[in-house]
Amino acid sequence: MSRTAFTNARLLDPASGYNEKGGLLVEGGLIADLGPQLFNDGLPDGAEIVDCGGHVLAPGLIDCRVFTGEPGAEYRETLALASQAAAAGGVTTMIVMPNTNPVIDDVALVDYIERRARDTAIVNIHTMAALTKGLGGEQMTEIGLLRDAGAVAFTDGNKAVASAQVMRRAMTYAASFGALIVQHAEEPSLAGGVMNESELATRLGLAGIPAVAETILIERDLRLLELAGGRYHVAQISCEASVEIIRRAKLHGLPVTCGVSAAHLQLNENDVESYRTFFKLSPPLRCEADRCALVEGLADGTIDVVVSSHDPQDAEVKRRPFAEANFGAIGLETLLPAGLALVHNGDMTLSRLLAAMTHAPSDLLGLGRGRLATGLPADLTLIDTDTPWILDPSKLKSISRNTPFEDRRFQGRALRTMVGGRMVYVHGETR
Amino acid sequence: MTSAEKQPQALFPHRHLLGIEGLSPTDITALLDLADTYVEQNRQVDKKGSVLRGRTQINLFFEASTRTQSSFELAGKRLGADVMNMSVGVSSVKKGETLIDTAVTLNAMHPDLIVIRHGSSGAVELLSQKVSCSVINAGDGAHEHPTQALLDALTIRRRKGKLQGLTVAICGDIMHSRVARSNILLLNAMGARVRVVAPPTLLPKGIERLGVEVFHDMMKGLEGVDIVMMLRLQLERMAGSYVPSQREYFHFHGLDYAKLAVAKPDALVMHPGPMNRGVEIDSAVADDINRSVIREQVEMGVAVRMAVLDALARNLPNERSASERGGAA
Repeated sequence: MSRTAFTNARLLDPASGYNEKGGLLVEGGLIADLGPQLFNDGLPDGAEIVDCGGHVLAPGLIDCRVFTGEPGAEYRETLALASQAAAAGGVTTMIVMPNTNPVIDDVALVDYIERRARDTAIVNIHTMAALTKGLGGEQMTEIGLLRDAGAVAFTDGNKAVASAQVMRRAMTYAASFGALIVQHAEEPSLAGGVMNESELATRLGLAGIPAVAETILIERDLRLLELAGGRYHVAQISCEASVEIIRRAKLHGLPVTCGVSAAHLQLNENDVESYRTFFKLSPPLRCEADRCALVEGLADGTIDVVVSSHDPQDAEVKRRPFAEANFGAIGLETLLPAGLALVHNGDMTLSRLLAAMTHAPSDLLGLGRGRLATGLPADLTLIDTDTPWILDPSKLKSISRNTPFEDRRFQGRALRTMVGGRMVYVHGETR
Repeated sequence: MTSAEKQPQALFPHRHLLGIEGLSPTDITALLDLADTYVEQNRQVDKKGSVLRGRTQINLFFEASTRTQSSFELAGKRLGADVMNMSVGVSSVKKGETLIDTAVTLNAMHPDLIVIRHGSSGAVELLSQKVSCSVINAGDGAHEHPTQALLDALTIRRRKGKLQGLTVAICGDIMHSRVARSNILLLNAMGARVRVVAPPTLLPKGIERLGVEVFHDMMKGLEGVDIVMMLRLQLERMAGSYVPSQREYFHFHGLDYAKLAVAKPDALVMHPGPMNRGVEIDSAVADDINRSVIREQVEMGVAVRMAVLDALARNLPNERSASERGGAA
């Protein structure tokens, strides 16, 4: 039985608030033991010893919004390549979106993803299945069968379910299975623009997407949720008003949760500057006041999870005039560093940040991971929180290079990533 | 640049003309002064100059435009340049990769000046990054149309003797108008007061932050102004999507004598063309030789474009100045 002993670590378990110096023993792919005095009587025989050098050993990160090109657009990114990017970013579990070709709206396709993940990927991969067939927004998919096949939630990915009737029925039906519905909250008839509707958009002569495109759909869905019951999650919010709406809904006890992307926590619309298409995101980057509200919402727990919203796009579809370029940015490898910037700014504790990337997404999707506890799969990330570095896109694992963080100065990164007891990434080591 | 040593103070210290944004009042005045001289030249029997002799100018139009393209063509030819027109079909070049490929291909032919019009905001700037010659923006999406603003300014300055202190009302589809944006920037830079007059559905968010006074009521917006600048409203935007109907639009926002009466008695009427007569402007007003300077704008257009081409070409590498410098050394 293979064993790994992590010594000299700062053990940080956001779920329990546990934060102690100590060691952790992995045995047979599971966390066998951990604690401050663990290796006081000597190291276990035959174990691989990892001296953590005082760095933070945390549960492996879980990223619940990742777009890949498999199946259908493997030239943008395969599951295998995405998993390598994930490992390099400290992400041990990623949830892929159904916006592929074909769309993941059928049991056989969930099977396909699971099989490809098992055979080619080095991190855990689960899929959200489409909520409507072909992402058409009209007929609901086989929610029960898809759930049994392994789909962890239901969403039309980067497409909004626009019809109130379809959403109401889907919520009502999904409730009986306890299935989670994930919405891309953007009213399509108001979202014809290409960036935040603002003075800057006016100056650039670009059509804007108003914040109300987001809030209208969230408020509508919350009304439907009251009516239909079930569990509802907003994939990504982007503006101050949405933070307020979610905060109020939670106070009223509605079963609503929401996420935010690391990019939206770090960037704002001014980064679009002179038509830089790598900053063309959906939902759009909004103004600084919105960004601050998102950071605050994450700090106080209104926002539950932080996602990368990783979305590889090739140069051909990004090197276009802004209005004609595709939306999306990669983010698996910058999720943690971008998040750490908030900790360095004093916006929140490391534990709070990591909670939104570990046990919160695990609990949301019922993954049974995201904690430092004996008996759980040994999904671990060793984090250096302090060393500064500059992001060089050519060093990223992703084959698509559409990162909005080019030349960004970061502080801290993943040093090692372990998935199920297997070391899948060691910083500075080529494998 | 060798010419920089010979001419320490460049007339127009920019490589491209991508927009009015980034130009100083000095830059603008220099172009207008130069354009004034070309107005005179264009009124002579012999209109042909030679400052662009040996230069190649390509007019690359991704959007159909008769008047702007012919104005640039004439401007280039009158300065002695070899001018090539390329109208690229809208449907064939909708994609940016083709756009950049087109630019790279043209660049390989060693043009000195490329005039570009494109339907997407920012497209001309994107292209300017891919070529080694000077680029002139002939209109990009709803972003900028700098030569239009310059020709409007030249028209006003020749009629009123100045720009500073004048009140200019820009009326109509501000939201989709690159002409409006460039004019707002230029007029503000030159010390004019700018008003925008439009139904709220045709005003983009935050327009007041660009330094304009906003009016929804045309009778109030035109009160006491020196210049009434009308914009074109595309007919498809008048079928209920932005305004209910042509009839209603003309009633409240079309320029007729009743509305013009509240402007200053000597207020001038302008329009970038092509006009929708009876939709945004009454035919009689448009043709009123005492008030309308619309035809004059077309004349100024050629002169301004000559000035822009000339000014940018002066900054291009020059064989003569290179050899002179070689001789001096």
